[in-house]
Amino acid sequence: MTSDTHLPDQEVTMTMDDAPAAGGAAPAAPAVFDLRSLEVYYGQFRAVRDVSMEINRQEITAFIGPSGCGKTTVLRSLNRMNDEVPSAKVGGLVLYHGADLYAPGVSVTEVRRRIGMVFQRPNPFPKSIYDNVAFGPRVNGIKSRSELDGIVEESLKGAALWDEVKDRLKSSALGMSGGQQQRLCIARAIAVKPDVILMDEPCSALDPIATARIEDLMQEIKSEYTIVIVTHNMQQAARVSDRVAFFTTEINPESDRRTGVMVEYDDTKKIFSNPSDERTEAYVTGRFG
Amino acid sequence: MSVTTTSHTPTLQERLRGKGGHADRSFRGVVYVSGFVVLAVLALIALTMFDKSRAALSHMGLDFFTSKRWNPPGEQYGVLSYIWGTVYTSVIALVLAVPVSLGIAIYITQVAPNWLRKVMTYVIDLLAVVPSVVFGLWGILVFAPHVLGFYKWLSRTFDGWPVLGNIFGPNPQGRTFFTAGIILAIMIIPIIVSISREVMETTPQTEKEAALGLGATKWEMITGAVLPHSRGGLVGAVMLGLGRAMGETIAVALVIGSATGQITLNALTSGNSMPAVITAEWGEADTLKKSALIAMAMTLFVMTIVVNMTATAVVNRSQKRMGVR
Amino acid sequence: MSTVLTAADLRGSRRTWRVIKSKLMIGLTLLSFIVVLIPLVTVIGTVIAKGAGIVFRDFPAWFTTDIPVRTRAEGPGMGPAIIGTIVITAAASALAIPIGILAAVYLNEYGRNSRTARTVRFLSNVMSGVPSIVMGLFIYVVYTLRFGLSGFAGSIALACLMLPVVIRSSEEMLRLVPNHLREASFALGTRKSRTILSVVLPSALPGIVSGSLLAVARAAGETAPLLFTIGIVTKGNWDVFSGPNTALSAQIFRNASAVQAGPQERGWGAALTLVAIAFLFTVLARLATSLYQRRQAR
Repeated sequence: MTSDTHLPDQEVTMTMDDAPAAGGAAPAAPAVFDLRSLEVYYGQFRAVRDVSMEINRQEITAFIGPSGCGKTTVLRSLNRMNDEVPSAKVGGLVLYHGADLYAPGVSVTEVRRRIGMVFQRPNPFPKSIYDNVAFGPRVNGIKSRSELDGIVEESLKGAALWDEVKDRLKSSALGMSGGQQQRLCIARAIAVKPDVILMDEPCSALDPIATARIEDLMQEIKSEYTIVIVTHNMQQAARVSDRVAFFTTEINPESDRRTGVMVEYDDTKKIFSNPSDERTEAYVTGRFG
Repeated sequence: MSVTTTSHTPTLQERLRGKGGHADRSFRGVVYVSGFVVLAVLALIALTMFDKSRAALSHMGLDFFTSKRWNPPGEQYGVLSYIWGTVYTSVIALVLAVPVSLGIAIYITQVAPNWLRKVMTYVIDLLAVVPSVVFGLWGILVFAPHVLGFYKWLSRTFDGWPVLGNIFGPNPQGRTFFTAGIILAIMIIPIIVSISREVMETTPQTEKEAALGLGATKWEMITGAVLPHSRGGLVGAVMLGLGRAMGETIAVALVIGSATGQITLNALTSGNSMPAVITAEWGEADTLKKSALIAMAMTLFVMTIVVNMTATAVVNRSQKRMGVR
Repeated sequence: MSTVLTAADLRGSRRTWRVIKSKLMIGLTLLSFIVVLIPLVTVIGTVIAKGAGIVFRDFPAWFTTDIPVRTRAEGPGMGPAIIGTIVITAAASALAIPIGILAAVYLNEYGRNSRTARTVRFLSNVMSGVPSIVMGLFIYVVYTLRFGLSGFAGSIALACLMLPVVIRSSEEMLRLVPNHLREASFALGTRKSRTILSVVLPSALPGIVSGSLLAVARAAGETAPLLFTIGIVTKGNWDVFSGPNTALSAQIFRNASAVQAGPQERGWGAALTLVAIAFLFTVLARLATSLYQRRQAR
């Protein structure tokens, strides 16, 4: 039996050359990520422990929970952004299409090219709109002007920004509104044709109208990308996500410090209508957090 | 069967290894090497200076530092009077520059309105832009000839006073320790002002308001809150000024009067300083004399390094303390 | 009753005295600024008054003709020193600015708070206190003794003086680059080297340029390190690498101790030229700073 048979629709995602994990360890389910007993330390402090979950392809998975519960920490361990925090240490397994992201020799740049990220605050480079979007492709060696033009247009269209900015591609990205900047960051992320997009509270710095546009955009692009979003906004999670993971904190009896744990992970409908853990229920009904 | 597949196309795990990490590694190499240039230069300075000064030091022994007899034809090289000149002119410069610099820094940070603060900072920075040789030119051709009348007045006025009578001694000249001290003071004011300013700006608003709230006048607020808070940094600023004054060469060489063997409190008489002697006598020096001049430079190097290291440590410590607050 | 009044009176008068004292002392701090203005205005005024005559006489003779061979001769000619100052300072900048910026990158992007980085930072501060004359003798020993007098020997000495200044100002500017820009770049799968070259350095560039220009202005005025390393000539030498050279600062020093009017006037002219060059670079640095601040404000 070849491993190809595990992979039903490999032509859909853009980096499908990765997805048909040719290695023998390919999972049977269409999971992009398979976390096994993930734990993250900052120095001596254990920020989150014992997270085991599978994240499905072409779905939107939301991480919710009170602040300090480790949801952002888990998100950042999916593309090894925690490597940029000098004291951070990751334990357990993060399998991406069956490949261990933390195996020795894995290059973080290769990981991040496949798994893009959008941050809490819009963070465009102090360059033109065009140069922001073209940054990733250029870094990956694309020099041809026409090819770059194509990618920029396609990415800005993908982020529903093209019509607003097509006449001022050369002006500074810092002159845009916050919502436009965040959509530019999404365009910048999809310009490198990733497989997954991680979003860390992408709307927390935006007004409701800009937020709605980003949420619409997520629905539009989820057929092409797997999206994992951290949000502190439960309505948002309910509106956009297919599955929800609820995190909270537990006090360690021995050290009196709080560690994040994942309480429940299920279909969005189930989490918001009939959660199986009472802590989840307390949180989604607004009695806690 | 999957084994045969993997042998043909690389697995995802293998592809995640990536390639071309050498660009990152070589960049990091270049950056590290650049960082270590500083270490290399300082080490090389110490080594070469020590090596080239050995001839003179073994010729003179400890007399090099304790004798004031500098007589190249007789191969006698004692630098004590030049050490005195360096220290004395620097101390005069500090005595003149410190109160003025602190005054300016206080006015800029605590009193001046925003626009004036900018203008004053800019003007003080301009002073730092004027090259030292230009101060020297002005000092020798304009200042020294014109200041003689003032020196004569000082000498007459303080005649017979204790200490001041010695400092402002009889028969003043134009090019003297005091002239060098004044020019040095002008040159070190910008550095003392700029560091004191940075330090004073870190005084927390709450401490200042607490002092004013207790009914203190503005000046009492400054002496009671701002100065105690910034004391460590101010000491560092003054010491950096001292280091700069001790190493200054050209302006001093032009206005100090180039007199050998002068170890005297009389500031209104000619003397010499280490950098000035090196500048003046390098040209016609033979091997032993060159070695003596390099030994002098090494002495100067060690003195300034000690002063600067202490100053840097003091400033760092006070900044760290304020950062913790 | 009367004792109570006296006490109140006393408090009142002490209070007024405190206010007067405060005003007096603050007046003194303002006075100290005015005291410093006097030498600044006098020096710059004298340089212009005594230097402008010879600089603009028979324009552009001052900039183009050679320095008179006979020291006591009257009249213009400072071209060779202007050439020397330009080529020596340019070569010094070409050495010190790239190394300084890279060293700052090491400190802020790689070394951070490691023991090694802290040592490098400390020694860089120490190096900024090494007297310029010591730097001159050092280069004389390690370079001039082997390769002879040349403009480049002076350039190395100036570069050693500039290096800590460039490192310090560049590191401060790199520290101001917000971390979220680095993260944005990393998240696109950009290597660290590429992130630094394409995102971090461009963001800090105006500030780095400003700091470097100030270092250039300072270096152009240095005299002591040149006296032992470049020699002296009266004809222009564009070749920084070979043959003796001269510089404006060295010419000012040489002419300052002359007694005749001719060389003294040339000294003032050279001083005016040098001050103008130093001010030019300072103004350029200010422009770069304001550009930077405008970019930050957006």
